[in-house]
Amino acid sequence: MTDTTSGSTAVERESAVKTMTMAGAINAGLRAAMERDDKVLLLGEDIGQLGGVFRVTDGLHKDFGGDRVIDTPLAESGIVGTSIGMAMRGYRPVIEIQFDGFIFPAFNQITTQLAKMHYRSHGAIQLPVVIRVPFAGDIGAIEHHSESIEALFAHTAGLRICSPATPQDAFDMVQQSIFAPDPVLFLEPKARYWDKGDVDTDAVRTRLDDAAATADIGRARIARPGTDVTLVAYGPTVRTALQVADVAADEGTSVEVVDLRSISPLDIPTVVRSAKRTGRVVVVHEAPTAHGVGAEIAARVGEEAFFHLKAPVMRVGGFHMPYPPSKFEHEFLPNLDRVLDAVDRLMAH
Amino acid sequence: MGPLSDEGLVQLLDADGTRVGDPDWEPYASHLTPEALRLSWRLMTLTRAFDAEATSLQRQGELGLWVSCLGQEAAQIGSGTAIREPDYVFPSYREHGVALTRSVDLPQMLTLFRGLEHGSWDPAQHSFHLYTLVIGAHTLHATGYAMAMDRDGLVASGQPDKDGAVVCYFGDGATSQGDVNEAFVFASVNNAPIVFFIQNNQFAISEPTTRQSRVTLAQRADGFGIPRVRVDGNDVIAVHAVTQWALRHARAGQGPVLIEAFTYRMAAHTTSDDPTRYRSHADEEKWRQRDPIARLEKHLDSLGELSQEYRDEVAAEAKALGKRTRETVKSWERPPLLTMFDHVYAEPHAQVEAERAWFDRYQQSFIDEGSHA
Repeated sequence: MTDTTSGSTAVERESAVKTMTMAGAINAGLRAAMERDDKVLLLGEDIGQLGGVFRVTDGLHKDFGGDRVIDTPLAESGIVGTSIGMAMRGYRPVIEIQFDGFIFPAFNQITTQLAKMHYRSHGAIQLPVVIRVPFAGDIGAIEHHSESIEALFAHTAGLRICSPATPQDAFDMVQQSIFAPDPVLFLEPKARYWDKGDVDTDAVRTRLDDAAATADIGRARIARPGTDVTLVAYGPTVRTALQVADVAADEGTSVEVVDLRSISPLDIPTVVRSAKRTGRVVVVHEAPTAHGVGAEIAARVGEEAFFHLKAPVMRVGGFHMPYPPSKFEHEFLPNLDRVLDAVDRLMAH
Repeated sequence: MGPLSDEGLVQLLDADGTRVGDPDWEPYASHLTPEALRLSWRLMTLTRAFDAEATSLQRQGELGLWVSCLGQEAAQIGSGTAIREPDYVFPSYREHGVALTRSVDLPQMLTLFRGLEHGSWDPAQHSFHLYTLVIGAHTLHATGYAMAMDRDGLVASGQPDKDGAVVCYFGDGATSQGDVNEAFVFASVNNAPIVFFIQNNQFAISEPTTRQSRVTLAQRADGFGIPRVRVDGNDVIAVHAVTQWALRHARAGQGPVLIEAFTYRMAAHTTSDDPTRYRSHADEEKWRQRDPIARLEKHLDSLGELSQEYRDEVAAEAKALGKRTRETVKSWERPPLLTMFDHVYAEPHAQVEAERAWFDRYQQSFIDEGSHA
């Protein structure tokens, strides 16, 4: 690894803050990781000269060459499986799965091999593989291009799963995922790729030198403090939750928004502390609520904050159906109205 | 040519133990001195003895399951003895003979089958990856590993003695798997230094190879642009020769090779299987006549290169291995329960840590009450 220096001055720190889209921030994060360690390889379909179907890898093939930005055969299981072998020799493969709905050919490799090799080998084999997936909906796509796949993988021990909601987190977390020793499923909310935000490109660099610092991708953050209701969200629904909080504030309700950032592990202590403060919790995710991440959070909050709750924990999410044709998606997704409705019902308690 | 055809098999030692001349392949076997052949015979004999011991340990209830390699010793020892230090092996789960050639302690391997752990040896120490139970999944790991060896300059380096390649073992059933076919694609387009070694033992549990393919399994390679060879899998000399050739090819940077070793699974698929339901005694008997160990024994005898003294020595060694296997297996105790929480992740994971702590307290509560945990 190349060395990075810390202790920059305030002026330098300020110059390191740039406005970026989330896609641009991930691109910059990948570039930084590739510059930092030449064992970092990007693999995927159409990520080379095309720069990926969302252009997240734009320019990297030109600057790092086809040996490090690798256009693979069109075979998801093959991409993940061969990456496992490369990771065994010390490489850090970063895979782009083109769309969420196309990850399933690799489900076997991810769940029976990638996630379990460390356990199987008593820790002798680490597989620092990152699987980037543009996920979730709200882009008017055709079938298989808007899936929320997190619960299907969260049930598998050995995988870390995270999803950034802001360009800053996208920039930081993609690098932390790459330098983490465990495999990470990095879920990129594709509908937020073009959201802009300020990104401090220096902040994460020194943290990467400290191996334990990679673990903080598992920590939630309070995206907005509030006192009446807690909205728990991650990835694409964080923006929705913040919009809800704005509207609710106009109606006199103070909403706290917890951005989970990580689905496995879940930062339950942060959620529980917030639940104890507000006494009311709504979990908001695009994935169907049945058997989902929200159910896990509701159960954990029930176990650990039962006597602080003024109302049952509620969930707002997708219905138990295939992701519908896009003309229906705004009603399928947890939109502003549906989340506000849940807030109103909780405030009635 | 059907998948069970005897035609076109490379053979250097026939079923009667007579050496067969083959100018194409002889150069890859010419270095096999009587001493080297004796070593192969010894390794095959030890593999069989260990296998028999493990089978009886399963029947005594000491092992949950055993996967016999009876009848496949030549395929495994013949190829295993062609593998050298810089190479790396990815087995499936029946390669006990190959494990022996990689200096894996065979009794130790049984922790897996006794339900004590999922992986019994350090893969890096032996350049021998852990067993993979998901059929064909490891062929992709092997291909990726080979691609990485190439990247790391371990292939076609100009110093042939230092070059390495990967050998990946799988069975006839696995050739139907998508992962195996994807491995062929990745290996081919990336010119990966890998030898795909099919042990066609003619059965995927109960299904004959005719349920997997209309053509020989070796022919599968043609569509991927991978050179291939079909060998008599019960002829330890021929297996060694073709593996030698394939490894040289791969180490020299000429890309992947597919070997099909045509053999026969003399025992059941596992100790839970019942082969009487799907194959005939006549078929088994026919293959018993082609036994790989007896064949080499006859050959060495005809050369006068297998003294009674050496036989006695190996028999004593096999007996000692059996005894040590029994004693080792019976000496094992389950590790402390809390160890089942170890190594789920490389870094601490809140869920695992919380559950470990809860389980510890739960266990302690029994101890505190003076009960048995």
